[in-house]
Amino acid sequence: MHIDLFLTCVNDALFPQTGQATVRLLERLGHTVGFNPRQTCCGQMHLNTGYRDDALDLARKFVGDFRDAEVVVMPSGSCAAMVRELYPQAAQWAGDEALLREMEALAPRVFELSEFLVNRLGVTDVGAYYPHRVTYHPTCHAMRGLRVGDAPLRLLRQVRGMTLLELAGAEECCGFGGTFAVKNPDVSAAMLTDKTRHILDTGAEACTAGDNSCLLHIGGGLSRLRSGTRTVHLAEILASTEQEVYA
Amino acid sequence: MTTGTLPTPSSTPVSTAQARLEMLTLINRAVAGAERPPLPPYPVSAPQSQAEVLHQFEDRILDYKAALTRVPASGAAQAVAAALGAVRRVVVPSGLPAAWLEGGSAEVVRDGPALTHAELDSIEAVLTGCAVAVSETGTLILDHGPDQGRRALSLIPDLHVCVVREDQLVQTVPQALARVAASVREGRPLTWISGGSATSDIELVRVEGVHGPRRLHVVLVGD
Amino acid sequence: MRANLRNVTGAIRAKRANVVGEMPHWEQLRDLGAALKDDTLADLPDRLLQLERSVQARGGQVHWARDAREARDLVALIAEQHAVTELIKVKSITSDEIELNLALEERGIHAVETDLAELIVQLSKDSPSHILVPAIHRNRAEIQELFNTELPGEGQLSDDPAALAGAARRYLRQKFLTTKMAVSGVNFAVAETGTVCVVESEGNGRMCVTLPEVLVSIMGIEKVLEKVEDLSVFMELLPRSSTAERMNPYNSFWTGVTPGDGPQEFHLILLDNGRTNVLADEFGRQTLRCIRCSACLNVCPVYERAGGHAYGSVYPGPIGAILTPQLLGMYDKNANTLPGASSLCGACYDVCPVKINIPQVLIYLRSEANVQKGLTAEALAMKGMKFVMAEGWRFEGALKLARVGQGPLVRGDAITSLPGLLGGWTQSRDLQPLPKEGFREWWKRRGQEPAAASGEADTSSESKERV
Repeated sequence: MHIDLFLTCVNDALFPQTGQATVRLLERLGHTVGFNPRQTCCGQMHLNTGYRDDALDLARKFVGDFRDAEVVVMPSGSCAAMVRELYPQAAQWAGDEALLREMEALAPRVFELSEFLVNRLGVTDVGAYYPHRVTYHPTCHAMRGLRVGDAPLRLLRQVRGMTLLELAGAEECCGFGGTFAVKNPDVSAAMLTDKTRHILDTGAEACTAGDNSCLLHIGGGLSRLRSGTRTVHLAEILASTEQEVYA
Repeated sequence: MTTGTLPTPSSTPVSTAQARLEMLTLINRAVAGAERPPLPPYPVSAPQSQAEVLHQFEDRILDYKAALTRVPASGAAQAVAAALGAVRRVVVPSGLPAAWLEGGSAEVVRDGPALTHAELDSIEAVLTGCAVAVSETGTLILDHGPDQGRRALSLIPDLHVCVVREDQLVQTVPQALARVAASVREGRPLTWISGGSATSDIELVRVEGVHGPRRLHVVLVGD
Repeated sequence: MRANLRNVTGAIRAKRANVVGEMPHWEQLRDLGAALKDDTLADLPDRLLQLERSVQARGGQVHWARDAREARDLVALIAEQHAVTELIKVKSITSDEIELNLALEERGIHAVETDLAELIVQLSKDSPSHILVPAIHRNRAEIQELFNTELPGEGQLSDDPAALAGAARRYLRQKFLTTKMAVSGVNFAVAETGTVCVVESEGNGRMCVTLPEVLVSIMGIEKVLEKVEDLSVFMELLPRSSTAERMNPYNSFWTGVTPGDGPQEFHLILLDNGRTNVLADEFGRQTLRCIRCSACLNVCPVYERAGGHAYGSVYPGPIGAILTPQLLGMYDKNANTLPGASSLCGACYDVCPVKINIPQVLIYLRSEANVQKGLTAEALAMKGMKFVMAEGWRFEGALKLARVGQGPLVRGDAITSLPGLLGGWTQSRDLQPLPKEGFREWWKRRGQEPAAASGEADTSSESKERV
């Protein structure tokens, strides 16, 4: 299968290794990966902060960039939820019927990485090896927006050499919420404190998730605590093998 | 209407005709073109056997920390008497089956003519029937028919003994509502009772018995 | 306060999950609840007229109130007609919304709250902080002290909740037996029959709707249902979502005036107070499905940490964040900030018994609010970012510039302090700096090295170092 990678702007700016891991993982499974250099941002931050028209401009661009793709895979639950759930809604709010039809045609071909692997490709064992103690944080938009269910956990349980540690209060939001973290810093920080405490309680070396935006937030908290526990994107664990450990 | 000594409502209470017209106009504009969605079917629970329904009802009533006695039809009066215990006076609606009261020791006060609130407050217990009961939720539904009386009866005394016949017991809320829908359409009030009165307002600690009857005793009578 | 709140919401959450888990068809029930509400709202003019006719046919009186002031005046006028100087009240958020108690007090009419939590709030001259448990922010010691000062003839009470509830029972019983007039809210009203319903736990609701001679019930126009049978859907959805019980202790249903039973004078006030605005917005309209269960408050991580009073609105929590700004209008300076007070985690939507998509309505309202605010610094920043994002090459160039520009901010391997608005981030978190090489550079480099496409000859040493 030929897979178009949508890297996401957060990964483009801050987490190139997540994109690299996604490419290597998909290629290892026998697929070809394309990267359209015209791509930028899905517009989620604009929409969620209340700039619907700006967001719709970016949404139109996304639809244009990926209109002809066989499948679009992105290492982000929140961006996939944006494209699949919120794009059609925003088009309706704007009363743009033509755009709505284009979005609805594209939506079934758009996947978050873990759901793509488990639900579309039907694999849970991707041949990964990762000799570390890891805990998993299910991000809100993957869990409640996209309903990826236990797809990430099914993948992680097959990783050789890894100890998967259960996270207390896993389903509670880490407090990121995009601009919420900056606009309501006290409440956001209180949520983050609980999340980092639960992570440190597991004794894990690393916390993983399917969204680098949440991990940026959690990692920022862990870094401030000088805890030594780090964050690592799911794709980087899944891309790692006995030969090459990526994260 | 039995207004009696009550003040007569003013013939023109407050003129809200203008407000009415304006609100209706705004609402008409607001919903213009709104489509009525197709209604999905009412999802139903898997039906249970009569024995399971009885068991579930008993379980729920006890879960509410109310008492329940299960007896054959011939044992109703005895069970009622036992439920009333040392109660000195019990109020009953005028249409209560006399058979439920045979052999009891408490003085029976009939609510006819209607007792005052103060009189009701001086009586320790009330005995009523019910219209239908729900096993899934442990709910007694009164439609205030002749064996249940007006609403104040089952509200003011501190102990409520309620007789439920097995054939009045249904499994689910929609089944129960179907049975009392005709009463509602006739204009009769309903009171749904699920356990005794309770509050969890202080630190979410459940306290049984606040303003309503503090004790509820269900007598479940076989066919 | 926060510890109280967390204990309480945590306990209700767990109980709710239990009683909802008992209903295998819960999701279909939610769908039906949502559809019934939408159906009634789509036909609201007819439903309200039908309700009015039905109530009148059973001897009740119906009044229409455009706003809070009209509703307050109606209640006061009815009280004055009966020369009432004290009335009893069932907990009603709608009456809080119209600030009824204060208005009555100004006209010499004292309204006694009879729900235990509302009584606590009233005696301590406080305001409610939760839809279901209004005194959730008060602990037993505070309530003990309050009752010892405020309830006559009780002497020294212990801090046992049962003893405190007992004192409230004794205090209120005489009021119930002797007060001439009561005011209640309405949980549901059935258009077909004119039947009104109040759902409660303590029995104070039954007392208020049964014992006084005159009863006034205030309902938002969205509370109407079409048929008697519709009630059962909501009697299944509401208690499990609200108090996390299979059924709450008492539900009262009455229709106009019942001869010889209960109040012989009944008034139903139909309140707009901004609801037609909500109704007129095709997307925001779903907010009016709300049955005030408070399930969304109990799962909300923001409500749990900020508390109900932080919303500055009678409707707190996620539902308040979407209902209040729509009722008051997006130009209200407190209300239009409320949609921003959410991390959009979506837990509220999952528990909503009538499937109000609260996160989507929040997102929708954020844009509506920004339209009112005009061209702010934030709006300009967003425009600037969109300009950068409009072309892949422009974004790539911007990232290259940023890698150079971030230099002075990086301390060791993290950014620990940011200027201006972004300082909210570094207040309690570090920010990792931009990497030396971006994905795009790697992708280009890799494309030029044919070996890289098949194997992993070019594993960057950077990645390895991160282990």
